[in-house]
Amino acid sequence: MIPEIGQIALALALCLALSQAVLGLAGAARGDSAWMGAVRPAAQGQFVFVAIAFGCLTYAFVANDFTVTYVASNSNSALPLAYRVAGVWGGHEGSILLWILMLAVWTVGVTLFSRHLPDEMLSRVLGVMGLVSVGFLLFVLFTSNPFARVFPSPADGRDLNPLLQDPGMVLHPPMLYMGYVGFSVAFSFAVAALLSGRLDAAWARWSRPWTTTAWAFLTVGIALGSGWAYYELGWGGWWFWDPVENASFMPWLVGTGLIHSLAVTEKRGCFRSWTVLLAIVAFALSLLGTFLVRSGVLTSVHAFATDPARGVFILALLVVVIGGSLLLYVWRAPRIGLGGSFDIVSRESLLLVNNVMFAAAAGSVLLGTLYPLALDASGLGKISVGPPYFETVFVPLMAPALFLMGVAPFARWKKASLPELASRLRWALGAGLVAALALPFALGRWSPLVALGLLLATWIAASSVLQLYEKTRNAASGASAWARLRNTPRAHYGMLLAHFGVAVFVTGVTLVKGYESEKDVRMEPGDTTEIGGYTFRFDGARDVRGPNYVAARGTIKVTKNGQSVTTLYPEKRIYTVQNMPMTEAAIDPGFTRDLYVSLGESVSNSAWVVRVQHKPFIDWIWGGCLLMALGGALAASDRRYRFALKKERAEAYASAPAA
Amino acid sequence: MKPRHKRIAMIAGGLAALGVAAAFVLAAFRENLVFFFTPSQVAANEVPRGQAFRVGGLVLPGSVKRQPDGVTVEFVVTDTAKNVTVVYRGLLPDLFREGKGVVTQGKIGADGVFQASEVLAKHDENYMPPAAADAIKQAQSTNEKATHTLIEGSAGRK
Repeated sequence: MIPEIGQIALALALCLALSQAVLGLAGAARGDSAWMGAVRPAAQGQFVFVAIAFGCLTYAFVANDFTVTYVASNSNSALPLAYRVAGVWGGHEGSILLWILMLAVWTVGVTLFSRHLPDEMLSRVLGVMGLVSVGFLLFVLFTSNPFARVFPSPADGRDLNPLLQDPGMVLHPPMLYMGYVGFSVAFSFAVAALLSGRLDAAWARWSRPWTTTAWAFLTVGIALGSGWAYYELGWGGWWFWDPVENASFMPWLVGTGLIHSLAVTEKRGCFRSWTVLLAIVAFALSLLGTFLVRSGVLTSVHAFATDPARGVFILALLVVVIGGSLLLYVWRAPRIGLGGSFDIVSRESLLLVNNVMFAAAAGSVLLGTLYPLALDASGLGKISVGPPYFETVFVPLMAPALFLMGVAPFARWKKASLPELASRLRWALGAGLVAALALPFALGRWSPLVALGLLLATWIAASSVLQLYEKTRNAASGASAWARLRNTPRAHYGMLLAHFGVAVFVTGVTLVKGYESEKDVRMEPGDTTEIGGYTFRFDGARDVRGPNYVAARGTIKVTKNGQSVTTLYPEKRIYTVQNMPMTEAAIDPGFTRDLYVSLGESVSNSAWVVRVQHKPFIDWIWGGCLLMALGGALAASDRRYRFALKKERAEAYASAPAA
Repeated sequence: MKPRHKRIAMIAGGLAALGVAAAFVLAAFRENLVFFFTPSQVAANEVPRGQAFRVGGLVLPGSVKRQPDGVTVEFVVTDTAKNVTVVYRGLLPDLFREGKGVVTQGKIGADGVFQASEVLAKHDENYMPPAAADAIKQAQSTNEKATHTLIEGSAGRK
């Protein structure tokens, strides 16, 4: 019964999404306030029904209802409760439902926090979001129904993929989807502005907190995915340039460009058409990511041909959304007009360079991800583009962007002076140079790439600290240092924190790449091996049983200079339902290094092949991402977005020229 | 400089920068492409020397041997028509098994032995790397004597 309720709820949600779209767009076009007034309740109602549907599917998982096909193929009665809940988004149908739920959450967010928006604008925004929702609800109802029953129903389920049975995987998809789908808000604002022909500073200000929030979620989502790959795949890599990872990284790169270009549009009114284009592209890449991961083209382009309904549907959706919005853009953009002028050395131009760099980076990832697929699909041969390509491309593209990141916050809008910038930043540059020259020697050996990484990281960190310092000593005003710091808007602190996070991230990447070491050794009980100054002693392996797996658990004692450090228990598991082997690595995390041990195969009665790894500063990578996301959250919570005076906004909007 | 000139100069500069970036990206792309070859192509000497490429197929049952150090593994990759001997030092993926699909990346030595730097086997028991499946299909279309049971045993399920 419950699954049928879920299905009906989805159908009702579709009806409400349709009315939300039609009433919103037509109501705004006709200026009909009764129609526009109905949009908000329709959107909230849609959320309620989507939530009911999602709740029903969750219930089916918790109650082990294996008459539902989707539950039967993604869960098992021996599965712990937390993973049965996570199983809801462990497969195709459920993750699309999660996508829709996230979209509904963002839509309700817009109805709640955008009361100060003019009715027309709000209706259009909700109307566009309704259209997107209609597309995805149709997709679920017609090609991937999670509530379909199976007769005769199996006695037990096929179990969740063991790789997904991990706390990181419980959180990763919701976070990632919050980010992906969050760009739909920026997209809807952009399309609404194009429709109304009013693209001004007010539009950019409304759009900014949503875009920044979505970006922060996406950052956390990607970091969680990378962390999961690190400890769950058992090989100690944290980023593989895998198409699935690239699919989430492209919207992030464009989204990063977008939040910077929105800042220019809001403050100075320039880059308006560029900002709109970025908003469209960021969401388009989110959709493309969903398509790549969910249509099966990545496992094999031929999978697309064997089950074409889903792939063709998403592809059609992609064409309609991207094609439609780009057509609208081409039609409307010439009327947007140019903003204020600026000099070659100015904050605008520096941010423009940032945008160009991020767009180029996103383009290079797109090329490396899609070209092999296109070649394979057209039968021209099989190629793969591995990490070497992406690494060759990213260092030269990102190094200048990182350098300018230290400069741009100091540059004035409109026109900046190079000598003044140089004199204000000389200490930061000095700190960077000292770090680049001296630190690598302290850590082991000097190499140009490590030096470059440390130079940039120190430079960015020092530049952030310097900004804070300048805030406290602004000679012009008489207020105390503390008062000046308190009066600095949160958005500014958010920016500082996020940039500082980048410095932490760059440090982590540089030191891991520069100094990590690993060893694969055959070990009998009692054998020792040494890496990074630590001694690992293998004390044999014994059999253990888990709730839905059996495992061989090794015991490895770690010592340093004779002092005991820790004992690690890596496992080799066999998940019994799918008979799938899994390497469960054991990690001793630390502020300055991780020790990482995984079991390979048993090569005799008592001996195992063991991989030991020493990963200096690897946790800084995710720490940096977390700081970036926190910075984003801080910026989005700035009071000037929250307590906007409704009247002032409405007036600003009304008086803006309808370009 | 008039503002209009300034803007034109800036746009020209931006386009030039984009052009340089694009040229650089494309060059890096071409240099780092890794092509896929079947064991038959390796046997026919169609593969590049001294350059990394990928070979895929099935791990020939009974061919996996461990060298005395315990960590270096030797095995044979077959597309049912031709075989390639592969040597790899390191941990094998969880799903590496005899008779199952595998893709390896590395360089071929003068002795015709493939020195792998990477061994890929995807995380699903019944999954066959598409490249490996294709390699076998190609070999079969040219070699009627190929054993169908071998393929059905591993790729036919699901």
